[in-house]
Amino acid sequence: MAKPLDAKPGPLEYARRWPLRLWVGAVILFLYVPLASLVVFSFNDSRRTIRWEGFTLDWYGTMWNDAALIDAFTNSLTIAFISMLFSVVLGALTAIALWRFRFPGKGLFDGAVTLPIVVPEICMGVAMLVFFGQIVPWPRDLVWPFDLGAIIIAHITFSFPFVAVVVRARLASFNREMEEAARDLGASELRALWDVLLPHVRPALISGGLLAFTLSLDDFVITFFTSGPNTVTFPVKIYSMVRFSVTPEVNAASTVLMLITIALTAIGMKLQGRDLAQGH
Amino acid sequence: MNSASNSSKGAFLAVLSAPAAWITLFFVVPLSVIWAYSFGRTLGLTEVAVTGTLDNYVRVFDPVYLMIFAKSLVFAGVTTAVCLVIGFPYALAMTFATDRGKILLLLGIMLPFWTNLLVRTYALMAVMRTEGYINDAFGLVGLGPFEMLHTNFAVIVGLVYVHLPFIILPLYSTLDRMDRSLIEASLDLGAGHIATIFKVIVPIAKPGILSAIMLTFIPALGSYLTPDLLGGPDSQMIASVIERQFKRANDWPFGAALSFMLMYLTLLAMAVRAIQDRRATRAQRHGDA
Repeated sequence: MAKPLDAKPGPLEYARRWPLRLWVGAVILFLYVPLASLVVFSFNDSRRTIRWEGFTLDWYGTMWNDAALIDAFTNSLTIAFISMLFSVVLGALTAIALWRFRFPGKGLFDGAVTLPIVVPEICMGVAMLVFFGQIVPWPRDLVWPFDLGAIIIAHITFSFPFVAVVVRARLASFNREMEEAARDLGASELRALWDVLLPHVRPALISGGLLAFTLSLDDFVITFFTSGPNTVTFPVKIYSMVRFSVTPEVNAASTVLMLITIALTAIGMKLQGRDLAQGH
Repeated sequence: MNSASNSSKGAFLAVLSAPAAWITLFFVVPLSVIWAYSFGRTLGLTEVAVTGTLDNYVRVFDPVYLMIFAKSLVFAGVTTAVCLVIGFPYALAMTFATDRGKILLLLGIMLPFWTNLLVRTYALMAVMRTEGYINDAFGLVGLGPFEMLHTNFAVIVGLVYVHLPFIILPLYSTLDRMDRSLIEASLDLGAGHIATIFKVIVPIAKPGILSAIMLTFIPALGSYLTPDLLGGPDSQMIASVIERQFKRANDWPFGAALSFMLMYLTLLAMAVRAIQDRRATRAQRHGDA
């Protein structure tokens, strides 16, 4: 009923009230305790992962010597990198096409590039399975990394629409007069897009690219349906290991993957911060 | 503006052709093939004849599969409800935090979100195992051990764990846009904080809350990995059944029909959300005027 007169937390400073602080603390614990224990027990000197038996790096050694796991890791990073490059280009083109031009079938195109974001992963997974199994069979015995082609194509397909969303949001703040000025000064339409528009959307290209990289690295379901026995990615490999048994080696591998994700995100934030600071 | 002028035609084609070709070849075509297969019949191992039959859709309405659809809807519904209860106070705290606090709270939910789904699910498995940490803790006070892993309970916990950011982010963006003077007025006029939340904040933010609910419900409905790894034999959701048709059972036409039923449900939920959004913007415009 009455507001506290000492007004320690102001009436709207909900974040400073103890019931909410307690709640937020509980949510953070719920989110982080499983992940933290996963990291801690990757250093545990025991095969049974329940009790602390002393510090060891053995599991990281086991992981390093597990050729299949390292192969899967290399595959994942390669796929994510190639998918990122293609997704940035296709995503930027999609965003510019939808923002800059009016054309017949625009609504249809807009819908088609939004659909991969909302379609359940399993539906897209089976579609890719049938497409690369029956319609355009992907050759099985190509040299690396071309044997990963089907997975890479699938990843680009679900990643570039996300890049397009990020770039479109950035384009909304673009000053059209800049482009018109470039055109008045004799630049061709493409030249104007390249020289004036591109620098403006650069931060969005960076964050979109990192998003695409993370999406690709994270994907299990769609990859599960497109990968063959010789084209295993890290999540697919972990999946088969987890089905089999829970071992500290999986903890170690998971910890490494988490570190990579956190590092990438930190780099992205830093780059983007610098870019924004330059006032683009 | 000058979209049809000849000078920009080259630029237009240069920009549009690549993404349009990609999305057609690698998304529209594969989905169309699945759609066509859903009206087909298996011939051999992986051969399908598209005969225009509706048999596969009739089979979807078999009680066995209807039960699985119902169970999936219940799982997704319970998950969304629990996420809302857990996430709303978090979003509220985020809305009224300092700028620094906002970034920290945002990072707090985003870091697990960026972590690989498989890693997160595996972490939960380790925590909930019969010889896991939770049962260890129960053991200290002389309780348990309880069977948690491979139960419906574990599936709900896992789905909530994964989908919490899906509800917190849109809730936050709705609450953050709200006119704070209304809350102040309610408090000044003597309403308590709980009363203010339920009688002022929730009604105003209702369209945004409904939208957040849909944004959580839709991905939860199509979950595959969580029920597969955390659930037991009776906690299958639609996605597991679809997977089985395409892998072990080898009945592609029926799997295709199930996929499209799931897709129609998803699109239906999207349409509901779009209608809510439109209503919300209209209400907002009305309020501004």
